[in-house]
This record gives sequence, structure tokens and C-alpha cells, in this order.
Amino acid sequence: MQSLKVIGLAAGAVMLAGQAFAGATLDAVMDRGAVRCGVSGSLAGFSIPDSQGKMQGLDADICRAVAAAVLGDAEAVEFVPLSAQQRFTALQSGEVDVLSRNTTWTLTRDTALGLNFTNVTFYDGQGFMVRTDLGVTNASELDGAAICVQTGTTTEKNLTDYFRATGMTFDPVVFEGFEESVTAFVAGRCDVYTTDASGLASIRVSNVENPDDYVILPDIISKEPLGPVTRNDDDEWFDVVKWTVNALLNAEEMGISSANVDEMLTSDDPNIQRLLGVAPGMGESMKINEEWAYNAIKQVGNYSEIFERSVGTDTPLGFQRGVNALWTNGGLMYAPPIR
Amino acid sequence: MTDTTEKHEDWSRPPATEVGVIGWLRKNLFSSWFNSILSLIAIYLIITTIPGIIEWALINSVWGDKSPEVCREAKGACWAFIYEKHRFILFGVYPYEEHWRPLVAMIIFLTLIFGSCIKPLWKLGWWLAALWAGGLVMVGILMWGGIFGLEYVNQSQWGGLPLTLFLATFGTVFAFPLGIFLALGRRSRMPAIRSLSVAYIELIRGVPLISILFMASVMFPLFLPAGVSIDKLLRAQVGIILFGAAYGAEIIRAGLQAIPRGQYEAADAMGLSYWQSMRKIILPQALRITIPPMVNGFIGGFKDTSLVVIIGLFDLLMTSRVAFQDINWRPFYVEGYLFCAAIYFCFCFFMSRYSQWLEKDLAKDQNH
Repeated sequence: MQSLKVIGLAAGAVMLAGQAFAGATLDAVMDRGAVRCGVSGSLAGFSIPDSQGKMQGLDADICRAVAAAVLGDAEAVEFVPLSAQQRFTALQSGEVDVLSRNTTWTLTRDTALGLNFTNVTFYDGQGFMVRTDLGVTNASELDGAAICVQTGTTTEKNLTDYFRATGMTFDPVVFEGFEESVTAFVAGRCDVYTTDASGLASIRVSNVENPDDYVILPDIISKEPLGPVTRNDDDEWFDVVKWTVNALLNAEEMGISSANVDEMLTSDDPNIQRLLGVAPGMGESMKINEEWAYNAIKQVGNYSEIFERSVGTDTPLGFQRGVNALWTNGGLMYAPPIR
Repeated sequence: MTDTTEKHEDWSRPPATEVGVIGWLRKNLFSSWFNSILSLIAIYLIITTIPGIIEWALINSVWGDKSPEVCREAKGACWAFIYEKHRFILFGVYPYEEHWRPLVAMIIFLTLIFGSCIKPLWKLGWWLAALWAGGLVMVGILMWGGIFGLEYVNQSQWGGLPLTLFLATFGTVFAFPLGIFLALGRRSRMPAIRSLSVAYIELIRGVPLISILFMASVMFPLFLPAGVSIDKLLRAQVGIILFGAAYGAEIIRAGLQAIPRGQYEAADAMGLSYWQSMRKIILPQALRITIPPMVNGFIGGFKDTSLVVIIGLFDLLMTSRVAFQDINWRPFYVEGYLFCAAIYFCFCFFMSRYSQWLEKDLAKDQNH
């Protein structure tokens, strides 16, 4: 599998040289009347169908926002569930217009694979969870621990890198699937479980009998900035996706939400007027309509609304905003101005 | 005299240890010391596990429209999870309000399949084929829509049981004739055709299905010109057909080789052409003796369709797994897998029983 993946990706990068989509994606989306959006389809909080089969989550809502901005209808999205292996090919070959599938922004993906990451929509990082009764308080005490990890992921590689760098040893207990690895951890097959911090939080609330028996260590051993991806040969479309996400962040910063966006249309603040298309020019420069940001905010909500609805404290996942808060609140979310 | 008669009656009656319950037990469970030990172990295992399973699945379980919190409190199975998610597991991301369409389509589809299994209906011949054609058009209209006021549903939204059934059925139906041609090709006297068939069969059999699906979904699109994309579902379906054909070909070749040489010579002697002799003499016999391995292949193929998860198609197994990825219902994956397994079992068991019946029935014809 692993070698196949490498061959596939390498071939993808080679083939890409011969392809040209410049400016074509936006036209194709307009003609089709729908945005084709690659998602995971099985990751709670990011993209997962609910009991009615409707795709829900942060990644899915980013797609809806793009559809609302370009086409004026947040439901004009064709969600394409993609496995981790096929996601980049699906984007390169034009099967999807945008990939919004909890994909980590790394140098090799941005360059060698011919992709463009537009923004970071969620800052994640790999952490550790241990049983409370072990009395471990930080990762430096994990020397010699048995660690449960899912194989074939960057998680496994980060883990090895971290222990090599700190000169500690560990005993890997690897599993192919998510359920098996979590079940083994809960059954006491290993002392430590490692995956992205968002994943740890969801395991702690939903897979164990008593969440207080487990503690998530404060150490984060890797950076996992997740965000939407487009092809690197279509700047026009890249801009549309990038500025749609920026609009959602700016809307939160300016206090514009789906509830009050109509009142905000009469605002005297030139920043708000530009964002909502009252003062025209922004949409035109992207070759889309002037109500792009208005539609996205009205139909999907600002970044805060999307976050709280998908993964926030009122959801079973219960994430704090933390590093994903706006820069004005001590977080990392900083969107360039709309002007 | 009377004495002898009584004795005679005694003789004719088997000893009490050979008949009834005791006789059956002796014969089937305790025929030797080794079998006795195995039987005792089996009985012990049954006694220790079955009550626990019944308690878990039936007595302590949670049924009907209950919340996940109720399930967490309970000690038994959480069938409320299946109640909550059954429509998603069965139909995937197909629009919720339109679920009656895949349901009706599936009923039509299954009626066609089961109908084709009933022997008296075979006499319909071309009418049966016409029924299939008509039925499939209706299935297509229901699934896709776009006419008669039905909302259009792209095949990327198909999922669950209909998807599994389509992949398996079309995989079988198209792979079978392709397999026959490949088997005949492999035994052909024409070198070009023979080596092409051998190369194809060995190449496909030499790689796992998962890698063919992988090629179809990851490599193939890169070789198409920009902007052209062939649907993911179609690519997977073609991959499954090509894979099934290579395996089917080898099964049929075994059947062809099992036919005595005299049959081939007799056909030649009657002046039949190659195709006539194959169609009227060789293949009917060869296909009959390959029914058991063939059905084995079909059952394997049916279950292999679950490998499409790696290319992101929401088949039955995938929808079951996604259902318990829902954070509220995550602890209840055993129930999800059991539900899915029960559906798979029904279809596979039917195929297996039907093939046994078919085998016996065709053997009856032969003895006339």
C-alpha cells in the first residue's frame, strides 16, 4: 500500500506538468451549477454524514461557504468522499474542484504535488493521552512506554521522530483501524494513545467509560495546520476559495453573523460595506458576484458559527477555541483585510 | 415355535443404544474417544457463551427510539443505534426525503434476481431478458431521476445496500461471459488469442483486487486528458468486472478440461463448427460441473465489493462504519458490524443454498 501510494503521488506530480486548467475551474463550477468538494466523509466534526445522510462538519461547511459565494446557494455542493490515498489524485485530475479534507499543510504537498493550500481553517497537533492513575504529567516521562498508534499515518512517523529527537525509547503497538487501536488502549494493551489532539479529545468523551480516568498531556509534538487545497495552476479559483475563508474570519472579527448580516448591510463602516458588497468592487475583482461574502455569511455563518456548530463546546467533541481563536482573542486566526 | 418368533422380532429390532436420541448421540457426537473429547469441548463452549450472548443481545439490550445516553447506561446491546442509523446504513448519502426511490429500485432489482432463479420462469427465454431490460430501465430512472418530476440524484450520492448489490450483480453478470471467452481463448489453438488470454488472466490474477481498484481510482484518471473524468463508480465497477472475469475464466477452464476428449471429437465428427460445438455440447456440460466453484467465486466477489471503501465509495460496510463514527454512537460499533454482517449473511447463504439446489436439479436432468 505504502509503495503504491508513493508511485501514485509521484506519477501524479509528473502528469501534472502536462495539464493546464488556468482559470477553467471557476467557469466549470458556474456551468455545472455546483462545487465538487472532496471531503473525508467519516471524520466526526469535520465531514461526516448525519443520520439523514447530510454532510456535516467544519470541512463540509467550508465547501458550503464557497458554493454560497460563487453560486449564491450553499447547498450547491457535490460532496465526494475521498480516502487519504486518493485525495490528491482526485484534485489533480479535476474530479474535485476543492479538497477540504482535514489535510495538513506541508512543504512537499504544497510544492512537489502541485497543490496550493489556501488558508488554515483548523490548527491541530499531535498529542498524547494516558490513564490518570499512571501519574504522568508530561511527555518527557514517557520513556519506555507502550504506545498505541494507528499505522500508515503521519502520526506514526511523528511519534518515531519525536522519540528519536528526545533520545527516549518506546514500544509501538500498531493497529490498522481506528476502532481496534482505541479498543486496545481502553483495554490496557498500552499505556499511551497518540493521535491529533482533536482526535484525542473526541476519544476521551466518546470511547471510554469514564473520561476522568484519562488525561491528555499538554505536550504537542507536531504541527498539523489543516485547510482547503486547490490545484496550483488556477490562481483565479485559488483566490476565490482563499478569500471566501478570509471573509468568514473577517466577518467574525467585525461581529457579522448569519443572524445580523441583514442589519449590517446598512452599516456605515466602510470595511463592512466592502465585505458585504454594499460598496462594490470586491466580487468583481474575483469575477464573481458582489454578494459573495453576504451569501456565505447569511447561509453558512461566520467562522465562529461554523466552529461552534461542528466541534465547539456545545457539541460532543467540545473543543475550546484555543489556538483557533481570532488573533484579537489570543489565537492564530488572522485574515488579511478585504479592500 | 413361539419362542423363535419372539427371538426373531428381537433380532429385527436394533438395540436401544443404536436408535433414538442415544443412537443419534452415539453416532454423531461420541463415535470415538477423540470425537467425544471434541464434543465435550464444544458443549462446554456453547454452555458458557450462549447465555452471555443472549443476555447481551436480547435481555439487557436497548431497542427502539432511545438516546445514546440510555445505551451507555445499559449493559446489553444498543439496537437503538441501528434504529437511529438504519436508513443511513442502507441508503448512504442518498437524499433523505427520496429514500423510497432506492428502496423501490432495490425491490425491483431483487425481484428480477430472485425471479431469474425460479426454474419455470426460464421458459420465458427472451421475455425474461426483456423483463430485465425493462426492470433495469426502471431502476435507473428511480436511482438517477431527472424525469417524471423526480429530482436528479448524481451517482456519487448512491450508497449502502443498493450500491453493494449493483456492484456485485453487474460484476457477476458481465464477468461471467467475459470469463467464458477468456477460458475459451486460453484453450484456443490460435497463438495470438491464446497468449493474449494467458497474459490477461495471469496479470489480473497476479495482483490483489485492492490494487486494481487503486489503479482504477488513482492512476487511471491521471492518464485522461485534462477536464475529462470518468465516473468513480463506473471505474470501480469495471475494475471488479475485469477482476472477476480472470478468476471466472480459470474456473471455467477447469470445467472445459474435465470434459472427456471424446465429447470434443464427437462434436467434430458431427461436422459442428467450433462455436456450435461449444454452445451445444461442451459449454453446457462444462458450466454444469463448475457450478460449485463458480458460486464460491460469486460469494467471494459479493464480499469483495466491500473493498471499494478504499476509493471512497459508500458501500454497505462503509456506511455501517461511518454510522458509528458519529461521536454520540461510537461505542456501539459491534452492533453496527453485526447488522452489516447479518445482511451479508442473508445474501451469501441464499447463493450457497440456491447453488446446491441447482446442482441437484441439473444432475436430475442428466439422469433422464
